[in-house]
Amino acid sequence: MNTRYRPYTLIAELTYRCPLRCPYCSNPVDIARRGNEIVTATWLRVLREAEALGVVQVHLTGGEPLLRDDLERLIEGARHLDLYTNLITSGLPLTRERLSRFHALGLDSVQLSFQSSRASESDRLAGAPSFRHKLEVACWVKSLGLPLTLNVVLHRDNIAEIAEIIELAEACAADRLELANAQYVGWAFQNRSALLPTREQLEQARATAEAARVRLRGTMEVVFVTPDYYSAYPKSCMDGWGRRFIVVNPEGTALPCHLAHTLPGLRFANVTDCHLADLWHHSPGFNQFRGEEWLPDPCRTCSRRSMDFGGCRCQAFLLTGKVGATDPACTLSPDHDLIEAARQHATDLAGRPVLFAYRSGLGFSHV
Amino acid sequence: MRPLSPMIASTAKPRLSPKARLRFDRRTGRYLLLYPERGLDLNATAGEITRLCTGEHRMEDIVRHLAGTCPAVSPADIQRAVSEFLAALAARGLLQDHR
Repeated sequence: MNTRYRPYTLIAELTYRCPLRCPYCSNPVDIARRGNEIVTATWLRVLREAEALGVVQVHLTGGEPLLRDDLERLIEGARHLDLYTNLITSGLPLTRERLSRFHALGLDSVQLSFQSSRASESDRLAGAPSFRHKLEVACWVKSLGLPLTLNVVLHRDNIAEIAEIIELAEACAADRLELANAQYVGWAFQNRSALLPTREQLEQARATAEAARVRLRGTMEVVFVTPDYYSAYPKSCMDGWGRRFIVVNPEGTALPCHLAHTLPGLRFANVTDCHLADLWHHSPGFNQFRGEEWLPDPCRTCSRRSMDFGGCRCQAFLLTGKVGATDPACTLSPDHDLIEAARQHATDLAGRPVLFAYRSGLGFSHV
Repeated sequence: MRPLSPMIASTAKPRLSPKARLRFDRRTGRYLLLYPERGLDLNATAGEITRLCTGEHRMEDIVRHLAGTCPAVSPADIQRAVSEFLAALAARGLLQDHR
């Protein structure tokens, strides 16, 4: 039995439904064809089995987790197991009363997304009027004494406002600010031309974020996530496949990352049929990219193989068509020219408007 | 209540900030300090120090307590170790001064 690995974090994707339609959504692009959501009792069992397996932290996310009307029971269940319970939300739809209930039931922290520091731009990106309500939600979170993380996905249309985004986070008294460049998988890959910033944009933003990180140390944690497309080496995606994270998606499939089931040829089981420990230790999909035996060249002999584990499988597949390839984000990858071409494309498109394909239940909708 | 500055006075009464939660890990016998999106796996000494960060104990009391459990280490070394550890927690926004 492969029990070498212990998951610390459960990412509970409670639903793919969402009132927003951000063009970089990390949900699968075929959300419309997905099956039924698993029921409350199954989620409560998943929480218990996750804790028994070693999980200490749970992210309740989606889609928009607020659309589940059993969220109260799941928060209560997670807290009963002494799990550090984080709600990852757009803030819609939410009332102060419901948030107070979450707090009373033991919610530990809230991560709230903003699409931009500017109301009209935030609403345009989200595809729905939402900015003003998000500001209210941020106030409620802090007035209840809950820790607040602001998450802003950065891309070429908003990366220049980074100083304003930091101001917004300070005005909200956020405890943590995630300036997360879009990761080009899922919907963001579909919209890559409209989203990928230029190197110049990125470097300016990075410098501004770094100054804020130093200035705010001890008050607000500022995290700047560089896009892989401008890194010399890939990220250790999910801290390595099946090493520290379990994702359970709305249909109950247990996964090493939120898009692993969109990769061809991999088999994952469902929590309605199996105990989570069996899935984690034994499901073929979880074991496929554990360890080093599977590594391709040049990762196989690379000194960084135990740091980045060959990079992101989804990115490797999207760019090369091969699930087991070295992540092309790596400068050592034989396919790195695909990344260079995308960067060049971003430079060529600088300053020109590109339309988004918004996520929708029906497929693409160009607006 | 204010965030604890990286320079921590011996009379400060450190307390974990609301975003941090200490959780005993029955699999390892150590304490985990959990906070949004992160966790720190504490060794026995760090766990002991953090357990005393309740806002009731002054920094010098924490040092004295630890000196009692590790007689082989000089009080000056303990003082320095505690101070560095608490400064590291404070830099992550995990401590408040409860004077």
